[in-house]
Amino acid sequence: MADDQVIVGLEVHCQLDTKSKLFCGCSTDYRSDGPNTHVCPVCLGLPGAMPVLNKRSIEYAMKVAKALNCTVLHESEFSRKNYFYPDLDKAYQITQYDKPLAEGGYLEIESDEGGERRIQLTRIHVEEDPGRLVHMGNAERGKYSLVDYNRAGIPLIEIVSEPDMRSPKEARKFLNKLRATLEYLSVFDSEKEGSLRVDANISIKGNERVEVKNITSYKGVEKALTYEVTRQKNLIRRGQRIERETRHFIESTGITQSSRSKEQEHDYRYFPEPDLRPLHVQSWVEGIVLPELPDARRERFVLQYGCSLNHARTLTGELKLANFFEHVVVADPKGLSSLAATWIADTLIGELNYRSMNLDRVDAAGFTELIRILKQGTITDKSGIEVLRVMLDQRIKNEMAETPTAIVSRLNLAKTSGDTSIITAAINEAITENPKALEDYFAGKGGALNFLVGQVMKKTRGKADPGELNRMLIEALKKKET
Amino acid sequence: MVTEKDVEHIAELADIGINTDELGTFTHQFNAILDYFDVLDQVKGDTTITRDLTNIMREDIVEPSLPQNEVLKNAAAQEDGFIKAPRVM
Amino acid sequence: MHELSFEPDDRYNAFLAVCKKAPYGKGKLSGIAIAVKDNISTRGIETTCASKILKGYIPPYDAHAVELLRQSGAAIVGKTNMDEFGMGTTTENSAFGPTLNPCDTNRVPGGSSGGSAAAVAGNMVRMALGTDTGGSIRCPAAFCGIVGLKPTYGRVSRYGLIAYANSLEQIGPMGQNVSEVSTLLQVIAGKDRHDSTTYDRPYNHNPVADIKGLKIGIPTEYFGEGVDPKVAGVVKTAISRLEELGASTVPCSIPSMKYALAAYYVTCTCEASSNLARFDGVRYGPAADSKKSWHDAYKEVRKAGFGTEVRRRIMLGTFALSSGYYGKYYAKAQVARENVKADFARLFSEVDLIAGPTMPTIAFRLKEKSDPLSMYLSDILTVPANLAGIPAISVPCGKADGMPVGLQIMGRPFEDERVIDAAYAYEQAVN
Repeated sequence: MADDQVIVGLEVHCQLDTKSKLFCGCSTDYRSDGPNTHVCPVCLGLPGAMPVLNKRSIEYAMKVAKALNCTVLHESEFSRKNYFYPDLDKAYQITQYDKPLAEGGYLEIESDEGGERRIQLTRIHVEEDPGRLVHMGNAERGKYSLVDYNRAGIPLIEIVSEPDMRSPKEARKFLNKLRATLEYLSVFDSEKEGSLRVDANISIKGNERVEVKNITSYKGVEKALTYEVTRQKNLIRRGQRIERETRHFIESTGITQSSRSKEQEHDYRYFPEPDLRPLHVQSWVEGIVLPELPDARRERFVLQYGCSLNHARTLTGELKLANFFEHVVVADPKGLSSLAATWIADTLIGELNYRSMNLDRVDAAGFTELIRILKQGTITDKSGIEVLRVMLDQRIKNEMAETPTAIVSRLNLAKTSGDTSIITAAINEAITENPKALEDYFAGKGGALNFLVGQVMKKTRGKADPGELNRMLIEALKKKET
Repeated sequence: MVTEKDVEHIAELADIGINTDELGTFTHQFNAILDYFDVLDQVKGDTTITRDLTNIMREDIVEPSLPQNEVLKNAAAQEDGFIKAPRVM
Repeated sequence: MHELSFEPDDRYNAFLAVCKKAPYGKGKLSGIAIAVKDNISTRGIETTCASKILKGYIPPYDAHAVELLRQSGAAIVGKTNMDEFGMGTTTENSAFGPTLNPCDTNRVPGGSSGGSAAAVAGNMVRMALGTDTGGSIRCPAAFCGIVGLKPTYGRVSRYGLIAYANSLEQIGPMGQNVSEVSTLLQVIAGKDRHDSTTYDRPYNHNPVADIKGLKIGIPTEYFGEGVDPKVAGVVKTAISRLEELGASTVPCSIPSMKYALAAYYVTCTCEASSNLARFDGVRYGPAADSKKSWHDAYKEVRKAGFGTEVRRRIMLGTFALSSGYYGKYYAKAQVARENVKADFARLFSEVDLIAGPTMPTIAFRLKEKSDPLSMYLSDILTVPANLAGIPAISVPCGKADGMPVGLQIMGRPFEDERVIDAAYAYEQAVN
């Protein structure tokens, strides 16, 4: 290990996608409803109310444990973590302390140097989410907090890693792999806002550990850790000590800040939850059937569809994407896979991100048709992008969705090969309008040809087959020489 | 043996107030009780706790929640359906 | 729906809330007035645990036991006084004044279910629900001269019982005779899907006055130093009666009694310190001062709302659970509990029942016990049954110095039926 080696460990909290809460029957589908509408005596922590464990939450957590190669303990139990906060309505969180559901395990990620790295896990356990606090008011009118207990009692799975990651980038990769795995297991919906929260521990070798709490986005984790690495390395360079402390990440500015001292030295006074009974679920492990997981799917994509490793990695990186790909190529895998993989991985994802658009809104049949058209050579790649953009924009604006064929026709994007007269005309125009470029070309200046190609492309609105266009332009230029 | 300072610290930890004029009596009584608890030091072994009721769970079925007004009914202060609480620093 | 008119002459301060027109329906308890201890949630009826911190709290739900009462047609006529949050042996720790003992109003009715006991002993109701964490049903039953049963742990749902010590407490029936206590138990016992610690053991028994051939163990520890000789004498006489009825007695010992009380107080204060932390004036109870910061407001609410004994126990429990002390106190207390359970299991392989006094003395005078530790020590005979989770009943067996004395009978887990039968047999024989 290098002297200034970065050491990162993560504690990841994910909301399990059950229908009802961890200890009561309230619906977990609270996000579009008003505050305090998904609450009952149990999750509100009314005096006298008692928790009853949701079986599915344990089944889900065990699926995760098995997928991550953990050992499920023979006996597992819930404990109370006691602290006082307005969003914690019982003044304790029911969690697991000394007898978690599972221990050990690992997750393999692509290391920064290429190749695979195994990140060891410490443990996995189940716990309840607290409510949600909103800070209100100001210095003049007085500050206060508003609490919504809809989130109180939502089941969480906490996955704790060993401090095995060596960079902020590796941390992001770990998170992405974990997220994908949980999606493949159908126990987690990453699109739900706030469904994932991360506490990160980071140190520079030989120095104190800093904890950054409550990071709520994947990108945020890498940003926060990158900031911390810089901050800590600067301190070391100045000969200053790193304080062992808890900090929080501010998304808007990308910096971490020291949390108030009240956060430190919490004595949680853990003891076993007397209202819940122990779990003996080790025997359930054998009967758990895992679906195809990301690594296996990636390997299958390479073998079955001939995808490049990079494309396969990208496509299987999200469950929806992988499903989309397979759906698109299903009618003709041999014929469509190569093009589909490229267009989804290298183009579609980018176009969706640009529009902040969800893959769900893309019509797979339409996309398949586009791939076919491209395969037939009916249009150029450039036109293909244009068609795709029109399709996506129509969806976003909720306009009538045209088929790719219709778009090609309407915008007259079909390649002009066969009808070379349009290209010839465009070439002649380009040459006539750009005498300097012509001179430069004959003078041997390489950029001149590209410039002229660009001019012809413009005139043909990208419809000309590039290979064809190049050939014809060079021929025309040759003729001009003489 | 706990001192008055210890008792004050415990009161802080428990976020529960005691008056200064109670402190002396509290500490005295505390010590008497803790002395009595010392008899537990003689308890031997870690007898395996009997676990006869295990795996008590319910099915993942949604049940009706309380109407919002019932949730808010006992709260001293509310705003737009949220429950009001003193500010957290 | 019918209504029962209820306007008692409550000279003992037994009730904190009274339902002047109590609705009732059809069923086993149709039209029968039942009083409910004020730590048991009743929908629409103020439930305070005799504490200022819950003043004005109106639960939006019924405890399971209360729902069962309603389903059986009972008329719930009021909520009874108690030691604040169940912490006490005299009902003097109520924030709303003590309850007086109907047998002698200069004396305490016992606790913490003093209000329920006084309501029954004072003939305002025939039956009441109490709760027993370390003797809180049996003690007031003994002090007031009525019958009170702590069922086997897990036999009656705790859903809706405002928790003091979850691993120790049970809701139980109190009444003027064993038969009515048994009827009330029929209604409230059974598995509840809302309480993960209940067993599927309904109680469908009608008392049978037959104890012929049963072996009864008499623990030496129950007749030792701390027990008033007059009380011991009355109980011994009662036990001879049991022998006359065909049971045989055999002396026995419970060595783990030595640390039973410490184990009890460590366990209950630890659990209570956690259970009572939720009272912050935000979701219920008197308002927290929102002009203050969270921690300051929270501290203030608790100082103003909790009585001295409650604050003492919360602090004891917080201390015992705090970093570094868990092993010394809470963990050790659980081992001690297992030893108590094991002692009883060993005894019950040779005897069918265990008998002795319920309390070491008769009811104290008001304000007599001012030292907390000496108050705790009076629970010594009742806490073992809570630690072991076994059924235990107190049935009146005579008087000492003019005040009632209770005979305590304990049985194997889930043999509440046999405990009831023994008490019934005694009661029928002496009445």
